[in-house]
Amino acid sequence: MVKLDEIQKRLLMEVADLHAVPEGAYNIRSNSQSAGRRSTANIEIVSKTDVSGLEVHIAPGTKNESVHIPVVMTQSGLKELVYNDFFIGEDADVVIVAGCGIDNCGNQDSEHDGIHRFYVGKNARVRYVEKHYGSGSGTGKRILNPGTEVYQEEGSSVEMEMVQIKGVDDTERTTTAKLAANARLVVRERLMTHGSQRAISTYAVELNGEGSSADIVSRSVARDDSFQKFDAKIAGNAPCSGHTECDSIIMDNGRILAVPGLEANNVDAALVHEAAIGKIAGEQIVKLMTLGLTEAEAEEQIINGFLR
Amino acid sequence: MLELKQVSFDVSADGQEKEIIRGIDLTIPDNKLVVVTGPNGGGKSTLARLIAGIEMPTGGQILLDGEDITGLSVTERARRGIGFAFQQPVRFKGIRVLDLIRIAAGRHLSVADACRYLSAVGLCAREYIDREVNASLSGGELKRIEIATVLARKCVLSVFDEPEAGIDLWSFQNLIEVFRHMRETIKDSSILIISHQERILNIADEIIVLKDGEIIDRGSRDDVLPALIGTAAAVRRCERNGFEEGEDALW
Repeated sequence: MVKLDEIQKRLLMEVADLHAVPEGAYNIRSNSQSAGRRSTANIEIVSKTDVSGLEVHIAPGTKNESVHIPVVMTQSGLKELVYNDFFIGEDADVVIVAGCGIDNCGNQDSEHDGIHRFYVGKNARVRYVEKHYGSGSGTGKRILNPGTEVYQEEGSSVEMEMVQIKGVDDTERTTTAKLAANARLVVRERLMTHGSQRAISTYAVELNGEGSSADIVSRSVARDDSFQKFDAKIAGNAPCSGHTECDSIIMDNGRILAVPGLEANNVDAALVHEAAIGKIAGEQIVKLMTLGLTEAEAEEQIINGFLR
Repeated sequence: MLELKQVSFDVSADGQEKEIIRGIDLTIPDNKLVVVTGPNGGGKSTLARLIAGIEMPTGGQILLDGEDITGLSVTERARRGIGFAFQQPVRFKGIRVLDLIRIAAGRHLSVADACRYLSAVGLCAREYIDREVNASLSGGELKRIEIATVLARKCVLSVFDEPEAGIDLWSFQNLIEVFRHMRETIKDSSILIISHQERILNIADEIIVLKDGEIIDRGSRDDVLPALIGTAAAVRRCERNGFEEGEDALW
């Protein structure tokens, strides 16, 4: 395994909670190169031959195993486009941890565009965690544009946790999903932007099979002069249930645009959208002040809880 | 000991000045449970909020153990040992009961220690400690958690704004026991409760009756309560067909 420097190690900790080489299968990508890889008996990781990226094959019936595929970038000016495909066999039950950390101390933009495709077999269960983090004092931007495509077969379940709390200047996230009968998709997105950051998150989910369901919840905080757009569309093409929710706090001059999109193409499609945007309630701050916190400390506690 | 000297509070609404609190003099001595009661709109909650620093008086002085705290913020007063339980407890998305009790205690309490405060207010601690303080909790549950946060602070003055509001009779009985226990174990501190409830007045050392922003009666429970009950009974007879808060509500 290639030796990682301290900054790279710190990034790994931020995006994948990794202090050392993870258990199970993994591939660590550092500055566009593989810094280490391990396949297991049930999980095979191979490099793509046509484009940059990986194929991860998870054998049917694999239970309680994990795959870590973190990406770290510390070289200013690096731009990469990576395709990672996950083939998850029937009845498998796995955790996949992705994530990208960029430390940019230079004056050129660093950009990682990762396209992740998930082919989820019948009755398979996947928990996917993706964290984004940026640091570095350079003027170069830290840019992350993740694209996620999910194809779920009958009875499969996918839970996605997407987190971007700090340091990413510009993000355009696109998530699409197609669900067969009785498949279930749950997305929990947590986002905080500050400075002049911009984050756009777009979802297009098709509930194609009877009994399929999607629950997409975004909690976000926009501070300073940052801007966020949450555009969530669910199409119900069969008897199904779909729910999207955008729950946001704005501070300073932050701006948030929430665009609900529900398309019911079947009389038994039950679709709900909720959106609430507002500043921190004054009484919440006062309550925490009566417990001895300053106004600034109270705000931090409220935001930390909100984005938990 | 808390002292209010000629404290007043005016608001301007529609271009007119309205006096909510009119030059009140009041002392809450150490080791006493004092209940402020009186009709709705009389200024009771405002008085509690003035003491906590949520509202600032337009006149007069507030002293805590001899120190003038009139100009101090909510935070500064809290740090000097004033606790305040809201009439309508605030909800927080994502903040757990455990987090709130730890913030209140001002230190990293163990889960077992935090649970003790919940048990003290009659909640099964294990069921609540990891719950979020959000809309999934009922009014009564929130109210008890609110009181637990004040207990965790170990205040020199604990102020409770209508603890009975919004809770069921069953929870209320339990609450009386909480206050009774607080009264029995009071040490170098004092308790101020805003209440309409006879059963809370019954455990008071001193009762203060506030009406139209002025204190119209004050004294020991035995001096004040009989007259109050007489008045309230008379009022109830007149309003038999009208709204009543409950059997024991005096106002």
